[in-house]
Amino acid sequence: MTDRGWFQGLDGRDLDSAIGAVREGGAEDPRAWPALAVETGFAESQDDYYSFLHDVTQAAAKAAVRRREQATDQQLIHAIRAMDDLTETANELAERAAEWAGSQFGESDEGLEYVLEVAEREPETPLEAEIVDFAGTVRDIQSRRDRLQTFIQEHAPVVAPNLTMLANPLLAARLIALAGGLDSLAKKPSGTIQVLGAEDALFAHLEGHAPSPKHGIIFTHEYVRGTRPEQRGSAARALAGKLTIAARIDHYRGEGHSPLQAELDDRMEAIRAGGEDQ
Amino acid sequence: MSLPAGVERRQFGDESALATRGDPVYGEPTTDGWRQWDPHRSKLGAMLELGLETGLEGGDGVLYLGAASGTTVSHVADMAGPTYAVEFAPRPLRDLLSVVESRPNLFPLLADARQPATYAHVVEHGLDVLIQDVATTGQARVANGNAQFLAGDGTLVLAIKARSEDVTQDPDAVFEDSIATLESTYEILDTTHLEPFHDDHLAVIATPA
Repeated sequence: MTDRGWFQGLDGRDLDSAIGAVREGGAEDPRAWPALAVETGFAESQDDYYSFLHDVTQAAAKAAVRRREQATDQQLIHAIRAMDDLTETANELAERAAEWAGSQFGESDEGLEYVLEVAEREPETPLEAEIVDFAGTVRDIQSRRDRLQTFIQEHAPVVAPNLTMLANPLLAARLIALAGGLDSLAKKPSGTIQVLGAEDALFAHLEGHAPSPKHGIIFTHEYVRGTRPEQRGSAARALAGKLTIAARIDHYRGEGHSPLQAELDDRMEAIRAGGEDQ
Repeated sequence: MSLPAGVERRQFGDESALATRGDPVYGEPTTDGWRQWDPHRSKLGAMLELGLETGLEGGDGVLYLGAASGTTVSHVADMAGPTYAVEFAPRPLRDLLSVVESRPNLFPLLADARQPATYAHVVEHGLDVLIQDVATTGQARVANGNAQFLAGDGTLVLAIKARSEDVTQDPDAVFEDSIATLESTYEILDTTHLEPFHDDHLAVIATPA
């Protein structure tokens, strides 16, 4: 870190080097930069300085936003959120379609399966055509959702190989989404990761009228859900511990397989056998 | 109460509301080039609505910490001079960029307000007003750390969000702690709660001690 203004040390007004100076620079103390820029001949006037500063900061911010949003963990977050939205929408529309189709065809089936079947029918009246078409929309949304799920399953191991090894791709993506990025997930303590996704329960607990949540989204992991209720707390704690280490390895080291899976398997075996601390 | 030059009460349909002159940014009502400033969406707007003497004057040099997507900072830039807008999160910054487009006096910075050294090479010393609305713990410490950008007679306009400090503590206790921290660096001129516009928020007006 220097004590120079962003424009000091620049050779002329090349926008790219100016963007670099804004992004990479720093100073212990601020100074009256506009006056200094005029004094040193970088700018003709303060207005001239501000006008260039506007262009530079705008371009630097644009570049920074683009860079951050293209980071693959951010793309993974968009994908998992889009998939969750599609799931929710598909379920909602399927319910509506099943009710509508049921009234017309005199059937009382429910659920997606029925709607997918209706979507394949040959309509005989304009009304039936509407219904079959609507069911087809549900089918399309559902298949869009399945394609996104495939995308996530392929992408999560690239973004976070160790985390995806311990969790499944969807859980890994959800943890990253809840934390806001792999970067912030890697900085969270294990106790926080254990209850990510259970914020409502956690705040209720902190306000003093509920027990502390034992698990958040990691409940969907077989090692938590498949463990006896009285040992789920231990299981959640052990799993969160390993997930935390995995996220840190993924973020700071980038790749490489670790003995985490074997360690987790051993620990789970011990917990499920009834032992607490070994 | 006196509004800063560049901020006026204007008639929008049946209601009279605060407004500044500039390009609309978030679908707010406009009339004759004036855009309505909604105190429910802006803590600074609420302070002005509540008649607080913010020290903000037309043409002032401003550092705005926690610019988010630019709802408030757009109004500030409409009436102020050079305005530096610091925001930490890339997503809201993307929205802020469209506000910046039509405001040549607005300078966006992707930076962490807790680390002023990472933008002190861009933001100038001697500014008239430091406006802070960041949802992080240690809001008072952030204000202290950024006092270096203010002129000796400059003003801090701070909105403290109690829930960002400690959700379990009584808001008034949080505010008391924050004020005590601020007093190491600032002389407090005025404080007021931002109800009914924003719950559990305290506005603090101060000047470097």
